[in-house]
Amino acid sequence: MLDRDTWQEILGTIKKHKLRTGLTALGVFWGIFMLIFVLGMGKGLENGVFRGFGDRAKNVMYVWPERTSQPYKGFQPGRRPKLRLEDITAIRQNIPDVQYIAPRLSLGSVPVYYKDIGDSYEVRGELQDMIRIEALQLHKGRYINDLDISDSRKVAVLGQRTAEVLFGEKDCIGEYIRIKGVEFRVVGIFGPLQIKPWTESDLEAVVIPLTAMYRTFGTGERVDYFICSAAPNVLVSTIEPQVRALLKKRHHVAPDDPQGIGGFNLETEYRSVVNLFGGIRAFLWFVGIGTLLAGIVGVSNIMLITVKERTKEIGIRKAMGAPPRSIINMILAESIAITSISGYLGLIAGTFVIGGLNYLMMANNLEPDNFYNPQVNLTVGLGAILLLILAGAAAGFIPAIQAARVNPVIALKDE
Amino acid sequence: MIRLRNIRKAYKTGYTQLEVLKGIDLDIEAGAFASIMGSSGSGKSTLLNIIGILDEYDNGDYELDGKIIKGLSQTDAALYRNRFIGFVFQSFNLLPFKTAQENVALPLYYQKMDRKKRQDLAMEYLNMVGLADWAEHLPNQLSGGQQQRVAIARALITQPKVILADEPTGALDSKTSSEVMELFKKVNKEGMTVIIVTHENDIAAMTQRIIRLRDGVIENDGATASSSS
Repeated sequence: MLDRDTWQEILGTIKKHKLRTGLTALGVFWGIFMLIFVLGMGKGLENGVFRGFGDRAKNVMYVWPERTSQPYKGFQPGRRPKLRLEDITAIRQNIPDVQYIAPRLSLGSVPVYYKDIGDSYEVRGELQDMIRIEALQLHKGRYINDLDISDSRKVAVLGQRTAEVLFGEKDCIGEYIRIKGVEFRVVGIFGPLQIKPWTESDLEAVVIPLTAMYRTFGTGERVDYFICSAAPNVLVSTIEPQVRALLKKRHHVAPDDPQGIGGFNLETEYRSVVNLFGGIRAFLWFVGIGTLLAGIVGVSNIMLITVKERTKEIGIRKAMGAPPRSIINMILAESIAITSISGYLGLIAGTFVIGGLNYLMMANNLEPDNFYNPQVNLTVGLGAILLLILAGAAAGFIPAIQAARVNPVIALKDE
Repeated sequence: MIRLRNIRKAYKTGYTQLEVLKGIDLDIEAGAFASIMGSSGSGKSTLLNIIGILDEYDNGDYELDGKIIKGLSQTDAALYRNRFIGFVFQSFNLLPFKTAQENVALPLYYQKMDRKKRQDLAMEYLNMVGLADWAEHLPNQLSGGQQQRVAIARALITQPKVILADEPTGALDSKTSSEVMELFKKVNKEGMTVIIVTHENDIAAMTQRIIRLRDGVIENDGATASSSS
């Protein structure tokens, strides 16, 4: 269909009507540009909001003890069960769909000193997996690991602000700090993925191995609360009741007691945000495609005029033996060529602008709330190209049919 | 070659029917050199359209080279026009953005012949009409007579059964007119059936047979003086 003669003719007509073709092409260019730009910005918004959720938060549940409300097995209501380290082992053994379990026990604010600099900081006892579940990131060194736990090593990971206050610019890895007078070696610095009002406490925390906390500070094998994550492809909402039921059984809480073992997961909230963005994306496609449609109608219009102008030529071709099919192909090819070339340029321009914006934000370290990494993914790009070809065909359809209907007798008429 | 029996054709205009051809019987044998004459409104253009498979007729029979031409689909009509008929027009009707050579090759494009082959063949036919040196020129760089010779080469390239020329000299001065007519004569001598529609007596006189139309019927049909030469 696209042999040399076809191209020659397309170029021929385009050259004859540069301004007209240019303005038409601009419509399609703008349509695709807007589609890409708007979708890219939408993606940026989406990325920004989901980043606030943390990487794995959507798959995570929180479990804590609270006062029971029903008597059970001789226990009075109003008792507060105490979660223990064995509970975690029990969950690991009984519920295979749980991937990570990260308990936390807080000492509360206690004095933490490096040499004679110090202040009160929240000291947390944890196992190694907290950083895998919570929206935390490591800035330097390492987090707590298995050996720290099994050997109850006296090591500490500092929140980034604590590290700043205690050490300033100085490298803190390997230095010793004193927690309630006991020396701990600093092995790393961590902080929240995003600084938000509710992540402030992570900035100032000091994390030590839970086992070291038990041994050093005599807390007993208690746990304040813990966080579980579901295995990939498992919904956390299916795990939460299992975990709570198991813990209720272990702590003699009535199975139908709404209290006793508290739990919470973000799945529902996460889902509603996912749905919200689904809606936003649909709306953006709608707007983008609407703009594109306006461009396509423009092309269709121009093609109609072109066909009208070329009536004589089409008549001659038909007299020479051009079948209707080849006339249709000729008009469609021209329409598709105009839409795809201008649309492709729009695609490139849109991608370039989105990419440029992303680059500028990265380069200047701009991180506005709820906007991050605007992008156009490959599927959208490929989809847009497919759309363009379809659009070109749609725009050319009516004019092509019109052209095929030209009566060849016209060739014999002389104006 | 051409056999028309009781061909009738009417155009609807509003509520009335205008009968343009009122029963044409005509035989044109292979190798003939005929002209169709008539004043405007005589039906000669309509007859030409029917013979050229550009238009349908209402009643009668039309056989071209033994094939009945009736009720063809657009695609089949296009195929028959391409294979059987070579058109030459008053205003030449070359495509303005194609060179002489490409214009001549155009009908072969619709036979899906490959480019190299049809360009070579087009060159041969341009050579035959004496315009080989002008192959790369666009139509607007050629004189009227040259353009019409290119058009004749284009009509001939598919080796059709019939050349249909509609007022081929209407836009030419008398000198180039006779050059073009000489070319038609030469083509006819080589065996091609040529039918010329004209209203000029001296042009018609150069053919071997004149068919005169009047009010949709054949008024007169006879050999000319040049037929004996």
